[in-house]
Amino acid sequence: MAETATNPNAGPARWLVVAVPYIWLLLFFAAPFLIILKISLSDTAIAMPPYTPVLEGLGALGDFVSQLDFENYTFLMEDPLYIDSYLSSLRMAFISTLLLLLIGYPMALAMARAPTGWRPTLVMMVILPFWTSFLIRVYAWIGILKPEGLLTVLLQAIGLLGPGEQVQIFRTDTAVFIGIVYSYLPFMVLPLYSALEKMDATLLEAANDLGCPPLKAFWRITFPLSLPGVIAGSMICFIPITGEFVIPDLLGGAETLMIGKTLWTEFFGNRDWPLASAVAVLLLLVLVIPIVIFQNQQQKVR
Amino acid sequence: MKTNFLRLAATVAGIAIAATAAVAQERVVHVYNWSDYIDESILEDFTKETGIKVVYDVFDSNEIVETKLLAGGSGYDVVVPTGPFLARQIQAGVFQKLDKSKLPNLSNMWPQITERLAKYDPGNEFAVNYMWGTTGIGYNVDKVKAALGDVPVDSWDILFKPENAEKLKACGINILDASDETFAIAMNYIGKDPDSKETADLEAGGEVYMNIRPHVKTFNSSAYIDELANGDTCITMGWSGDILQAKARAEEAGNGVKVEYVIPKEGTYMWFDNLAIPADAKNVEEAHEFINYLMKPEVIAKASNYVQYANGNLASQEFIDKEVLENPAVYPPEETVSKLFTISPYGPREQRVLNRLWTQIKTGS
Repeated sequence: MAETATNPNAGPARWLVVAVPYIWLLLFFAAPFLIILKISLSDTAIAMPPYTPVLEGLGALGDFVSQLDFENYTFLMEDPLYIDSYLSSLRMAFISTLLLLLIGYPMALAMARAPTGWRPTLVMMVILPFWTSFLIRVYAWIGILKPEGLLTVLLQAIGLLGPGEQVQIFRTDTAVFIGIVYSYLPFMVLPLYSALEKMDATLLEAANDLGCPPLKAFWRITFPLSLPGVIAGSMICFIPITGEFVIPDLLGGAETLMIGKTLWTEFFGNRDWPLASAVAVLLLLVLVIPIVIFQNQQQKVR
Repeated sequence: MKTNFLRLAATVAGIAIAATAAVAQERVVHVYNWSDYIDESILEDFTKETGIKVVYDVFDSNEIVETKLLAGGSGYDVVVPTGPFLARQIQAGVFQKLDKSKLPNLSNMWPQITERLAKYDPGNEFAVNYMWGTTGIGYNVDKVKAALGDVPVDSWDILFKPENAEKLKACGINILDASDETFAIAMNYIGKDPDSKETADLEAGGEVYMNIRPHVKTFNSSAYIDELANGDTCITMGWSGDILQAKARAEEAGNGVKVEYVIPKEGTYMWFDNLAIPADAKNVEEAHEFINYLMKPEVIAKASNYVQYANGNLASQEFIDKEVLENPAVYPPEETVSKLFTISPYGPREQRVLNRLWTQIKTGS
């Protein structure tokens, strides 16, 4: 550090390094968010783009402020559709995250306890599905789950289903859960694995020597130590699942209500960009709470 | 050495010139059309004849097209919106006027269709008709007979009466996910003006779907073609040509599924899909050439023969297969046409009421 302080070139160079993530945030988070926020305060119009006023230059700022109202936000509060969509999305995300933990944790644990030589291969196997497009993998699930799909064929072959019977999973919430859990599993497994792998194995040996049964040792040592991984994995999954659109649209039925779909209808069906933007802004606010928890946790770890 | 160098320089220069010439000659047109809506060999023929490369992209809902167009800079040179959407997009300034001097094949068009299209495009300045058709009932003949007995399938009753829908539930009911049409059809069915934009009328139309909602399996506008063809769906509200394509696919597959299309006797929605050029299109010249090519009687006849939709080109009718031209489901007789209705675009408020009702129906809440 003393060396860098005496080096006159280090100052600007370090600033540059520090500035890059902030510039990134400004360009790709703050700027789009402000645009969305601005549109959410506009009104719809039959025009290109379909809202007014379009803010052009600072001169128009006065006009914009004078016409400012929060009509779109009050509308969101009046119609139960939006609240229901938010709640339903949060419910779907919560259940999915729980399922992901239940499936992902044993996987990560097995990977972390596997012989050192195997681990890179196991990590590779978790990452491997990413080499195929996400969309194609979700479409593949349609082929598996649809009534005359592979699952029906398999169950009929082993005699669990009669010849005339078919699985009725496609276009239900169950199919959405399957799709989400499948797609997000690596995002849950990898943070868990990295937390579990770092764990000192001698702690468990010590517990064993002192007569602690394995299950108790797991709850008192392994699980608390893996908690940062649990929280990181849960947040990384929970937040995007809440706003998920593609999976419920492809695998879900008409009755699957999620905020992503409601947003789609506002944006495409109603051509109401301002209201769609208001939905998006509120979605962000709903998600800020888990993001803050995530941030705090990360800081604690450091 | 020197001569060698010169020769080399000349060769390099020659390659460079050839390369720039190739770039200059690379003419393209970006077309955005409905899925399953053309015989793709037409695109190849067009490229062979004109040297213009066609970049062809497809969509399955008007809403997606409209959003792309309203955002601007869509990159498309020719798009194919349906009537009411076209009207609103013209109003929003999305399209440019057609240069009719570059469209000599306009003389082949069918005056009756052009006149109907003028409802959406006053003066026919912005668009020419590509295909038109009806929204009716597609059904699996054997499965519907098994569920309902030997009743004639000629009325919306078969789908909209809850007692019928209940019996058809097990074999699969699909409704188009196109709110503007579905409401017009329901309002017409209960004896109201299909073009009404009154909230009370829309709600009454929505009731029709609410009553059968527990029995509806899916709401989709493109996957239903295959689902009808492979027997997953036994009855659907659908677009005429789509159902006929499902019928053809089922026959091809030889899976024993027999599909039919019917225009219900209460009348139904008649729609027009039209070719138009976005105002910000980059290849305007090529777009005109493409549209003009599609108005050639034998070309558009080939498309109609393939997709089984009627087109707005009168001169093409002599090239259309007999079974397509004489099929009342494709080219309905005069008395049926008199019962077909069109609808005008919805305003923003009306659209909200409409889609709010539609979301309620779809989610069954």
